[in-house]
Amino acid sequence: MRTDMTRALRYLALLGYVVFLAFPLLWLLSTALKTPQEMAALDPAWIPRRPTLANFADAFGEQDLVGAALRSLVVAVATALITVALALPAAYALARHRGAAGRVAIGWVLVSQVFPVVLVIIPLFMVLRRLELVNTLAGLTVVHVTFVMPFALWMLRGYVRAVPRELEEAAAVDGAGRLRALAAVVAPLLAPGVVATLLFGFISSWNEFLFALVILKDPEVETLPLTLVRFVGPEGVARLGPLAAASLLATVPSLVFFAIIQRRLRSGLMAGAVKG
Amino acid sequence: MTALAERPYGGSRGGSRGALALMLPALVPVLVFSVGPLLYGILLAFTDARSGRNTETSFVGLENFAELLSDGDFWESFRIGLVWGLSVTVLQFLASLGLALLLDQDLRLRGVARVLAVVPWAMPPVVIGLMWRLVYHPDAGLLNGLFGTRVDWLHDFSLALPAVIVVGVWTGMPQTTVVLLAGLQNVPRELYEAVSVDGAGAWRRFWNVTLPQLRPVIVAITSLDFVWNINQFSLVYVLTQGGPGGRTRLPMLFAYEEAFRYGFFGYAATLGVAITIVVLAVLGLYLWRQAREAA
Repeated sequence: MRTDMTRALRYLALLGYVVFLAFPLLWLLSTALKTPQEMAALDPAWIPRRPTLANFADAFGEQDLVGAALRSLVVAVATALITVALALPAAYALARHRGAAGRVAIGWVLVSQVFPVVLVIIPLFMVLRRLELVNTLAGLTVVHVTFVMPFALWMLRGYVRAVPRELEEAAAVDGAGRLRALAAVVAPLLAPGVVATLLFGFISSWNEFLFALVILKDPEVETLPLTLVRFVGPEGVARLGPLAAASLLATVPSLVFFAIIQRRLRSGLMAGAVKG
Repeated sequence: MTALAERPYGGSRGGSRGALALMLPALVPVLVFSVGPLLYGILLAFTDARSGRNTETSFVGLENFAELLSDGDFWESFRIGLVWGLSVTVLQFLASLGLALLLDQDLRLRGVARVLAVVPWAMPPVVIGLMWRLVYHPDAGLLNGLFGTRVDWLHDFSLALPAVIVVGVWTGMPQTTVVLLAGLQNVPRELYEAVSVDGAGAWRRFWNVTLPQLRPVIVAITSLDFVWNINQFSLVYVLTQGGPGGRTRLPMLFAYEEAFRYGFFGYAATLGVAITIVVLAVLGLYLWRQAREAA
């Protein structure tokens, strides 16, 4: 009797969570598929009676979504590639050497989490203005690289550590040079980790809003998150359907990439959170 | 990568210079665009720097801090920030712990809940904000549709902050749940068996085994959550822009307005320094208490 009760309660609780987590997402989808008439109805329906894709078409017509997505793509790809290119040798050194530099670098990874972005963003804006990088995608990329770097280093260091030192040494003994040993033995083993870090860099940059808001002032250069916010007029939400449609589209790349690296991210976060 | 080829195999002696060379490419941008600006930012807190190019900047000592302390808007934003930071962190933790405990068991909805529990993690914060605007919308919103009400949640003076806090909890739950779940799965099963032999019920097992075992994970994730939450910007900016009447103006939004709407760079930097001090104090007190209790 008692166990049945607790089991039922557990299911009820789990159902509650599912509802809490899923409802906003379902509402977003439902809104994206509704006609303007149905949106205006006083009694909003869960499932659109006559689902339409018109909102998706309207979304492209109302804002320069394609341009914004392309700019976001450029910044995110550049951020991912540059971050990993710079972080990989550093992560290798951090994993293989136990010097003071390594400890300082790891310390910074933690410290950088505590400071409010605003403390960095004002001087950063001043520096970028002096370098004439304000209002440019290059400026935004530089900033994204800097702020993705700590976690990227952390992730990559973990992957290098997972490659046994002996493998490298064995390859080196076999007459291969150090670089050959790295290229032939270590690189293939590191590949999945590098891909995960690339995707992490991409998602972080693709989703980022505050730096973009401060650095990009012209509509001609703005990235996708900034364009999305434009769907909200100065008087509050103007056109709900296109807004929902555009939001859904903007989420797809992150969601796909995230699904691929989700497990790796979790172990990285765990190691970071617990071992300090 | 070329530096690698020239170095002897990385022994403990003589290797540090090579290591430093390898780290340099990563460290330079971080130093130039993160550490440097941070230090400069702290410096700015003691100046009257404005956003205009032509104005002279001079040191004003602690003047900004004095002004901050007598600024009613700042105190209001500070209070809102603490309420937001603490309540989101605590609610996030409790909700995530509950969900993690459920997901750790053999229940049927588990698969669905696991997928859902991770989705918000990947979504752009801007999209999360816009999505919840749809949920809270006075006419076409989900919430009013469900309850048959006509409330404008995000524009109501007393409801706006709680409404935004719910979104904060929703947004942060995935990470916290995933970390707690991983922690739960690392608790040695023998410990549970040992207490079960003593005839302990589910509650006792939770209290005497699960919680103490989870402790390091709990301390780590709640500290991180608190720091992340107190520094939140994008989500609330998209939801309310700090409104109505400043009721959801978190410190970061306040600082953003001071800096980039009104151009008071020095004053906004002061605010950043003040928030950092408070966060470090709260965090330090929490970690110190936890360490003392654990000892």
